[in-house]
Amino acid sequence: MIAAIGTSSYLLLAALLFAIGAFGLLVRRNPLIMFMCIELMLNAANLTFVALATQLGDINGQTAVFFVMVVAAAEVVVGLGILVSILRRRPGATADDLAELKG
Amino acid sequence: MADLVWLIPAFPLAGFLLLLVFGRRLGDPNAGYLATAMVFGSFASTVLIFFDLLSKPAEDRDTVVTLFSWLPVGTFQVDMAFLADPLSIAMCLFVTGIGGLIHLFAVGYMHGDAKFSKFFLYLNLFVFSMTLLVLGENLLVTFLGWEGVGTCSYLLIAFWHSRESAATAGKKAFVTNRVGDWGVMLAMFLAFSAVGSLSYSVINESAETGELAASTASAIAMLLLLGAAGKSAQLPLYIWLPDAMEGPTPVSALIHAATMVTGGVFLLTRINPVIAASYDWVPTTIAWVGVITALFAATIALAQNDIKKVLAYSTVSQIGYMMLAVGTGGYVAAIFHMITHAAFKALMFLGAGSVIHGMHEEQDMRKMGALRTVMPITAGTFIVGWLAIAGVPPFSGFWSKDEILLFALADSPALYVVGIITAILTAFYMTRQVIMVFFGEAKWTSAANEAEAPEPAEGEEPIETHDAHGEFKPHESPPVMWIPLVVLAVLAAFGGVLNLPKLFGIPSGVSYELEHWLEPVIEFGEADITGTWAYDNKYILVAIAVAAALSGLALAWLVYTKKRIKPWEPTLFANGWYYDAAVSWFMGTPGREGFQVVTDFDAKVVDGAVNGVGVAVKEAATEVRKGQTGYVRQYAGVIGIGVVLLLGWFVVIRGIL
Repeated sequence: MIAAIGTSSYLLLAALLFAIGAFGLLVRRNPLIMFMCIELMLNAANLTFVALATQLGDINGQTAVFFVMVVAAAEVVVGLGILVSILRRRPGATADDLAELKG
Repeated sequence: MADLVWLIPAFPLAGFLLLLVFGRRLGDPNAGYLATAMVFGSFASTVLIFFDLLSKPAEDRDTVVTLFSWLPVGTFQVDMAFLADPLSIAMCLFVTGIGGLIHLFAVGYMHGDAKFSKFFLYLNLFVFSMTLLVLGENLLVTFLGWEGVGTCSYLLIAFWHSRESAATAGKKAFVTNRVGDWGVMLAMFLAFSAVGSLSYSVINESAETGELAASTASAIAMLLLLGAAGKSAQLPLYIWLPDAMEGPTPVSALIHAATMVTGGVFLLTRINPVIAASYDWVPTTIAWVGVITALFAATIALAQNDIKKVLAYSTVSQIGYMMLAVGTGGYVAAIFHMITHAAFKALMFLGAGSVIHGMHEEQDMRKMGALRTVMPITAGTFIVGWLAIAGVPPFSGFWSKDEILLFALADSPALYVVGIITAILTAFYMTRQVIMVFFGEAKWTSAANEAEAPEPAEGEEPIETHDAHGEFKPHESPPVMWIPLVVLAVLAAFGGVLNLPKLFGIPSGVSYELEHWLEPVIEFGEADITGTWAYDNKYILVAIAVAAALSGLALAWLVYTKKRIKPWEPTLFANGWYYDAAVSWFMGTPGREGFQVVTDFDAKVVDGAVNGVGVAVKEAATEVRKGQTGYVRQYAGVIGIGVVLLLGWFVVIRGIL
């Protein structure tokens, strides 16, 4: 079943997902949406790993995916924590409002 | 016994430390007596060591006492070591002996001064430094003392620092001495690089064996001459000494007449083998510096009206004689004159101090006169000093000056002629001073009253200790002041016995005592004048010297007592040949501009380069940091573009894939 769909299709899907994520990150101002876009890009990378691991028969690609998932989970914990505390202070703030580090 | 040489500086150091802690509590006059006792303690130990050395054979009379290793830096080893040899002990004898008498005098002179104990604190520190200078076994210990006496000189000249002129004079002395110190330091560096040691024994021995090249020896000797010119107030650096008279009179006597200012002559005597190993023009230069200074200062002294200024210029002139002796190889004569000069000049300075004290801080000789009637002891002792400096036999100055002139003639007739002219001038100006102060008519009855009453400028003088306000009458000083005068007068009168020549049937058993004593130290550098015309005709020289002294005396008597001849005191002389003014002008106008240029160079070019780099970085950063907009999406975009560009570069240009 899996073999019926070529690896290139998976890579194409991954590229599409990554592009959507990157585009979303650049154009959306809601920090929560931007977060989701980052997750999208991470999972696009995961998909690439898995697809190529299957094709090459190399388990290392799948191992890397677990690392990425763990890191992503940790990142979400920290990132959402920061986000919640920012939004508590300044409800409805967008990413562009948070420009205090302007040089 | 000679191992105890460290006691000599230890006594005044102890006095200094005690006064530092308990000075105020001891107060007036006990602090002064403590300081005096310490200096006499030092004198007593010097006498003991002197007799110890005397009991040894001449060639064994040098003991080096190393207290501790001072600077052990690789091959550069300097010990805190003292050298007890005939020269240093002879110096110590008169430094501590005359110093003690001056301390005693100062107890009376400084009575009632608000900073009484501080004065003796400085004075003891001075004696400590001076003994270090004299006893040092190497140039660095000597230099430590050299700087120490310079510091004390500064502190004591500016002792009444609330007076503008005193503070300025102190600074002037210090700054002028720095020029000389620079020479001493360079000489030390040079000596170390040439022979690898600062020890006198090593330096002198390398000069004696010819190991030290004549060029190096000449450079060391000339640099030390610069140092000596600073410390011993010779041309071209003499200018600080007359101004140094702003200090209290005992300071003038101790530091600026008897001891410190002879330090330069001492140093040159100490390294006499180096001078002997130099090119011939080096001793000639020393002799001419000395004799020209002697003449120059004597002419200035002719026209001074301040009682201490006359003595100051006279000191410069007499040290010029000593330099002349050093330059002509008469080291014994130089030390001999140093000792007799210390006695009679200290005597005259203290006498002047006594007069100033009795005249209620009046220093202008034109307001004095006939003081012998009211101050008989001061006048009597001062007259002894006057006869000694004028070179009247048999007073001490005659013998020592005669010896110097003998060496001068043996070296060059020109030096001798200038020396004789100076001798006439010396007799003249000293007679003028004695007549103006002690003889003639009393001018203080009228002059002093006007000086007493309406001049508020005198208010800054040290605290008036006399009750006798209103009714003005000069008075004799208390015994604590005249006893040192009497002792010094005895020394000034009979100091000549130290080194009597073999003339007038003086038996050889008592002649040239000082020469025999100093022989181990100076035998290499001492000029051999036997066989010269001067040596064979000593009687003619003596006759000329006596004639010079008496003609100076007689001339001054005709001018100032008989008033047969109008006094000739040109303003050129009164203003010191405008030398001081010229130096002030030079340093004030082109010198100042020169220094301004240097300052500007430092401020603009050196600092400008440093600050310029800082400013450039700051400006650039101001521009660059505008790129930090704070918009996180922009950062992400830039990262994205960067990744695309990098990938494009790898793929398209490098052709990976």
